[in-house]
Amino acid sequence: MILNIIGTWVAATLTLAILSFLYKDNPLYRAAEHIYVGISAGYAVIYAWSFDVYPMLVERFNTNMTAHNNVEAWILLVPALLGVLMLTRSNLTLPALAALSVLMLVFHSFSWVLVVLAVMCVAVFIPTLIDPKIDWISRWPIAFTVGIGSGLALTASFQGYLLPQVSDTLRPLVNANNIVVFVGVIATLFYFYFSKEHKGALGTVSRVGIVFIMVAFGASFGYTVMARISLLIGRFYFLLHDWLPIIR
Amino acid sequence: MNFWNRIANVDRRVLYLLLALSVALPLITKPRTTVPVSEAVKGVYDAVEALPAGSVVMISIDYDPSSAPEVQPMLIALLRHSFRRNLRVVVMGHLALGLPLADIALNQVAPEMDKEYGRDYVNLGYRPGSTALMVGIGREFRDYFQTDYRGVPIDSFEFMRRVHNYRDVGLLVSLAHGTVADYWIQYAGGRFNVPIIVGCTGVSAPSMYPYLRAGQIKGILGGLLGAAAYEQLIEHRGSASLGMPAQSWGHGLIIALLIIGNVGFLLSRRKGKK
Repeated sequence: MILNIIGTWVAATLTLAILSFLYKDNPLYRAAEHIYVGISAGYAVIYAWSFDVYPMLVERFNTNMTAHNNVEAWILLVPALLGVLMLTRSNLTLPALAALSVLMLVFHSFSWVLVVLAVMCVAVFIPTLIDPKIDWISRWPIAFTVGIGSGLALTASFQGYLLPQVSDTLRPLVNANNIVVFVGVIATLFYFYFSKEHKGALGTVSRVGIVFIMVAFGASFGYTVMARISLLIGRFYFLLHDWLPIIR
Repeated sequence: MNFWNRIANVDRRVLYLLLALSVALPLITKPRTTVPVSEAVKGVYDAVEALPAGSVVMISIDYDPSSAPEVQPMLIALLRHSFRRNLRVVVMGHLALGLPLADIALNQVAPEMDKEYGRDYVNLGYRPGSTALMVGIGREFRDYFQTDYRGVPIDSFEFMRRVHNYRDVGLLVSLAHGTVADYWIQYAGGRFNVPIIVGCTGVSAPSMYPYLRAGQIKGILGGLLGAAAYEQLIEHRGSASLGMPAQSWGHGLIIALLIIGNVGFLLSRRKGKK
């Protein structure tokens, strides 16, 4: 209960500190900004450890080793090695090693897989000392990731986006909605046809396309304004409901 | 200096103050409003209503505190509706920061509706993997989620023993503030034909309508307005409904300022030409 009250007061103070920028830049605002940046950075480290490295690597490795699934345990080092190689790009192997050691100490999480990971970091760091240009090796894991992403996206784009959307556009022109969609799609496509100068009939159609694009932008902007006001309402609701008991 | 010049040179802090008042006053005075229910919101309501009792609703928490004012009321209303219909709720997420928000909503709604963790709902937590995870759980949940977010094996929960992939999910709900909803539709909907509804921020709402029209999703809750309309449908007004008058006043002020600004600009220009 007391922690909730403290948390609410801290959140309210930081909210007001950030909003104070609307009057003018001030030390309170800058302090809140720096606190935010610092906490975000710290959170990112804990996030990577608690949600990625520990459950996906350490815990899984330990579980497989306990179950005597040695191959399934040690094969986890392959993606781990790809991750370490990626660190060579910004020469982050030593900071990563330091962070790993600190996290192992803080969370008392000893595992052989972490020792191997640390050895990997050192093994990758030494060649970068000798020849910094070796960072080209970081392109391998990036290529691997891009390859997987592209493979997954290719089928999904066709199966889940392009084909359903194209097939939905081809509707019988029996009502106003279908006609508007048909005209809008054709006119917008013509607007993005750049192989011929937009003159004559092509110019007319592409101008209709611009109208449709502008309507879409307007709708999108209207929704964006609505979203920003909603966020403001959210903050005011917090201040007036959770912090000051004005709304009940 | 004439009236229009004075308006054009008004201190921007006055406008901030006016906007703050236009939002705060309706929150304090709480005027009751009714919002129109769109077909998109009705689609969400109907999709939940159409599920037989005991069906599994999987809610993906793909937003974080930056979008919570818009999306959190949707989660609370959806949980309330699902629990009222005796549906089993499985919560998961692609953003670790969204998990505490799911917990807050579950801890608020479940006791009200007399629902029990493990029997009526489960929180699987966050897993990295994004689109690979979406495709992977189409084969088997356990490849990614052997345990819930507390580390309890999911097979220790009775209803989870029969949940293996999308075939066992009656409805997939993506509550998202970015492109994750698109990914669910394209990767899970396109490949596995799982029925999907989307709750998203106002910014992303327009990009969801083509999916609705094409029948790829059953309904959309777009922004605070969508959440308020849904609260109205389930007859339980929450923070979204409370925020609607403030939303209207805020919009009214912005529209008025736009009109005044443009009229002033046109008049000043005409005067300048003369």
